[in-house]
Amino acid sequence: MANAREVKIRIRSVKNIAQVTRALQAVSASRVRKAMEAVEGTRPYATKAWQVLTHIAGQPGRNSLHPLLTERAQVNNVLVVLVSGDRGLAGPYNTNVMRFAREHFRNFEATVSYVAVGRKGAELLFRRGEKVMAQFTDMPPEPSFSDVSPVGRIVVDDFLEGKADEVYLVYTDFVNMISQVPTLKKLLPLEFDTSEGLVQSGFSPASSGPAAAYTYEPGQVEILDQIVPRFTALQIYQALLESFASEHAARMVAMKNATDNATDLAGALTLEYNKVRQQTVTNEMLDIAGGAEALAQAA
Amino acid sequence: MTIRCEIVSQDRTVFERDVDIVVIPGTDGEMGILGNHSPLLSTIRLGVIKVRYEGVEELFTITGGLVEVQPHIVTILADAAENVEEIDLSRAEEARQRAAQRLEEGIPADTDAYLAAEAALRRSSLRLDAARRLGRTRARRTEYPASQGTGDTGT
Repeated sequence: MANAREVKIRIRSVKNIAQVTRALQAVSASRVRKAMEAVEGTRPYATKAWQVLTHIAGQPGRNSLHPLLTERAQVNNVLVVLVSGDRGLAGPYNTNVMRFAREHFRNFEATVSYVAVGRKGAELLFRRGEKVMAQFTDMPPEPSFSDVSPVGRIVVDDFLEGKADEVYLVYTDFVNMISQVPTLKKLLPLEFDTSEGLVQSGFSPASSGPAAAYTYEPGQVEILDQIVPRFTALQIYQALLESFASEHAARMVAMKNATDNATDLAGALTLEYNKVRQQTVTNEMLDIAGGAEALAQAA
Repeated sequence: MTIRCEIVSQDRTVFERDVDIVVIPGTDGEMGILGNHSPLLSTIRLGVIKVRYEGVEELFTITGGLVEVQPHIVTILADAAENVEEIDLSRAEEARQRAAQRLEEGIPADTDAYLAAEAALRRSSLRLDAARRLGRTRARRTEYPASQGTGDTGT
């Protein structure tokens, strides 16, 4: 049996670990909430931008309308934006999203290259020998839209220059505290469910009857030029926030398990420590008793 | 006849309420939007949005974006928008000087850094101008308090 001092040292270190993991758990819990609030904040713009987009795309002859909305006949190069975390200690979060992306694109005919947002994802992709075109790391804990717009610009530029014929976004969707699902979204070319037949444009039920034609200033193309890149960047921003929420939720669960395990272990070790201590006391008593006996006999 | 006005930027709703008039710096010129305007989609350039309601006038700086007008609602999708009252003059002035200084350091034109500095300079100058303009209107109002609070909305 180990000696009491060693056991005591182990108990202390296990308790320290429990303290650290508990702190991480608390930090993550508050970050999940913040990220989800930030996602809510993007909703009005996203909804509105989507309405405007669908509206313009719903106009006749949309395929000749704008290069960002045009399907390419042949897809040779695919670009994937992969959102992961900068840090580990988040359970299976980083590996899950990476594995999901690789499995999905494994059988693609086209060449697949990646833009990695998050250090862990970039590292994992490098290790698997994937082509990583760019990586964005060290996002602030509460990213603002301007932190993400460079990603959007790269993606749109590559698409327009023909370096990529299709652009996908892979991130982790936050369902709830215990469930986060890796998700795939097509960014470019923008796809519409044209069957929706927008022009109803909500908001003003008063204007019934045939919707009046819009005046465009300066023109449809310029408006699309403005809105499509921004909408793309916004989708990436939303994905980043969702992923942040997921990462922190995953980390919270992982850290909760770690804390629980550490507490259990500390309990077991304390039990062992008590046994060892008791054993030592018993042995000492026996020694003393034995010594006394021997003295008494000698006398 | 009022019209609903919503100003949203990518990460938040900046302004939302029924107003009498919205003045927008469109790319093809300034336009004032009143209720029952015909449907319109336009891009916006860097400038100041003015809204007026119940005798109150509010200003917002905008760095660009898009506006959708429908008879009962104006939606402004802003790249970045800010209520002029929230602008901190000294911080804006600092930002302007920083941007001006960076430009003077002679970054080669046509690089991203140069364009960024130039944009920063434009943005901060706009914020300063807007904030000063608002300050002046305020000063005038307090000088002649009689002109204020008559409840008259039409100007």
